Amino acid sequence: MSLVVLLLAAATPAAIGDPAQETRAQALDLEIRCVQCENEPIAQSTAEIAGDMRALVRERIAAGDSDEEIRAFFRRRYGDYVLFRPPFDARTWALWAAPLLLGGAGLAAILAGRRRRRAAAVDFVPEEGER
Amino acid sequence: MEGRRQAMIAEIGAFVAALALALSLAQGGLGLAYANSEARAAAAAALAQAAALCCAIAFALLITLFLQSDFTVAVVAANSHIDKPLIYKIAGAWGNHEGSMLLWCFVSALFGAIFASVRGKQSLGLWSRTIGVQGLVTVGALIYTLFLSNPFARLDPAPFVGSGLNPLLQDPALAVHPPLLYMGYVGMSVPFSLALAALIEGRADQAWARALRPWTLIAWTCLTLGIGLGSYWAYYELGWGGWWFWDPVENASFMPWLVAAALVHSAIVTERRGSLASWTILLAIMGFGLALLGTFLVRSGVLTSVHAFAVDPKRGIAVLILLGVALGAGFGLYAWRAPKLAQPSGFAAVSRESMLVWNNFGLAVAAGVVLIGTIYPLLVEALGGGLISVGPPFFNATVAPLLAMLFLLLPLGPMLTWRVGDIRGALLKLVPAIVLALITLIATLVLTQWRAAPALGLMLGVWLVAGGLIYLWTRLQRGTGKLSTKIVILPLAVWSMSLAHIGAGVLTLGAVAETAFRTETAVALAPGEGVAFAGRRVTLLDVGSTEGPNYSATRANFRVDQTNGASSVSAERRYFTTSPMPTTEVGILSGFDGDLYLALGEQVRGSEGAWTVRLYHNPLVQFIFIGVILMALGGALSLVSLARKRAAA
Repeated sequence: MSLVVLLLAAATPAAIGDPAQETRAQALDLEIRCVQCENEPIAQSTAEIAGDMRALVRERIAAGDSDEEIRAFFRRRYGDYVLFRPPFDARTWALWAAPLLLGGAGLAAILAGRRRRRAAAVDFVPEEGER
Repeated sequence: MEGRRQAMIAEIGAFVAALALALSLAQGGLGLAYANSEARAAAAAALAQAAALCCAIAFALLITLFLQSDFTVAVVAANSHIDKPLIYKIAGAWGNHEGSMLLWCFVSALFGAIFASVRGKQSLGLWSRTIGVQGLVTVGALIYTLFLSNPFARLDPAPFVGSGLNPLLQDPALAVHPPLLYMGYVGMSVPFSLALAALIEGRADQAWARALRPWTLIAWTCLTLGIGLGSYWAYYELGWGGWWFWDPVENASFMPWLVAAALVHSAIVTERRGSLASWTILLAIMGFGLALLGTFLVRSGVLTSVHAFAVDPKRGIAVLILLGVALGAGFGLYAWRAPKLAQPSGFAAVSRESMLVWNNFGLAVAAGVVLIGTIYPLLVEALGGGLISVGPPFFNATVAPLLAMLFLLLPLGPMLTWRVGDIRGALLKLVPAIVLALITLIATLVLTQWRAAPALGLMLGVWLVAGGLIYLWTRLQRGTGKLSTKIVILPLAVWSMSLAHIGAGVLTLGAVAETAFRTETAVALAPGEGVAFAGRRVTLLDVGSTEGPNYSATRANFRVDQTNGASSVSAERRYFTTSPMPTTEVGILSGFDGDLYLALGEQVRGSEGAWTVRLYHNPLVQFIFIGVILMALGGALSLVSLARKRAAA
């Protein structure tokens, strides 16, 4: 009996009655990676395991887990690999810091360029077609 | 007899490609060592044309092999099938690794030949050296193709029918998607060659930027269309309603696109004002580097896993060496020669130039973030840190704010004058756009019960579209005469910029609406049963079998009842003889408010005649693809405008 239920779940992610909970589940489906497929979230995959994982998301939501608890649950079960949102830790701090570092470097370059240009001579000639 | 004639084609192909290699090598040597001699430079140009001709012949011969289904050739056997429709036999020539690399060589040689044929007002040194560097780019690509992924390699024993193309790729969009992307990738090689030639010359002046712009525009426009087409294909073919997933393969094309977009803008500053020349050079080098990196990521197998790459690392390492040589030469020359380039001219903190600097900041930092996010899992795995995934949550959280900043400033740029701009005047003219954007913000906040992200996103989209229209309007206000005459005589450059910017706004509206407000559900339906969804009633009428040229399909017919009447739509699952996995052919019913999107799943086990059907409602999803088309149209018009200016000059 439970096997039949599981197989059905694989084909159809049994939607939760509560629309708010189903929306949460669908958002999580996009963040959790199908462990068998090549770079696909479980929302997208037609593989059977993806169906099982979608059912599991709904099971955990029905059990009252928060989104963070569900992510932790999948991480314990399948490893960091399963989360498209990498956790912040010793290995990934550089990843999360990179945008700030790049942005900072860009700003510094712009400011340095302005200082250089302020020193440079100004030679303004209006071009045709432009005011 | 027939067999013998066929047997020759692959060998002739390999020979012609080898001839192209020799010609390109001579082109590189002569072009770089032109020694102020018109005759030598002209010889390099002629060699570029001959090399392109040879590459064209080699590529045509490869297509011939596919048309003949000559399964003694390994690539044809692995990627074609006797039953395949004609168009896909042709497209199969570039729908695989080896053939696509030959296409890469062909495009590189072709662009070199076109560049060599149109000298314009470029100095002899710049023209000749650019031809030379471009020749060496083609040499690198040809060496890789001939020695590490020869499309003309034979197979013994030959199979009778061929293994067939991946059925997902049997699609008209996918027939043109790779050539467009390759024209974009390889298009970035001409700005790269121009940048290196300028560094060798020690001069990057306005004439140089004028030569650079059309090539950057060609690359950017092709990348825009190629990425858009790939995205549209993913939308209607993969059957889950999504159009962008920050997949490494998507990122591989998005990074050069971002840099090309930055380059399109910085080259304008260099051409008009002589400023930012050394930054423009750096962007041109990085743009081609990212295009090569994209080729590496997609073609080396490194994306599947570092281990998959390690199993057969020869090709990957070869592309990395090419990348290293290109970037090493580029950055080395840059460090050595860039300080000697002409002094920049000044501009104020509020000016057209400064806005274009912020544009470049946003686009370049976004490209850097995408690059780090894409290669970070590979680095962690290579360093023994195990497997991690970096996906949409990371990219959305980092790239979206950068693009938001960019879009917030964008409508101001065209309103400001060069050198010193009048911010008050610009904002005053933009008041209607500001009002519309704020109304959108507040209305969305109220209607969505205070969801900030979609409200900000839609606000930015409206701001871009309205800002672009106001710019067009202010340009039409200038001068005297009838509006209709003024519309006709308005410079193409104004149209192209406005279209591209409005396109970015339309794309933003579609992307935000689709991401934030899409709804989906999955149901089991037996024929005759229906379901209420997104304000419509969808009824499954019947499920039957149909036959295609090389597949059989299960087809489900639906009736959709909406307020304005009933329509019918069908969805299929296709089973190809050459592949175990069925493909989905979704049913899409486009309406004013977006797409109703139906994907047929499997038959429900243990029940008589019920089928899984997934239903999606994707609001404003058409805006995404309309936005892409508008942006590409902007790029194309800009090219026409530059060509006209050149003809007039």
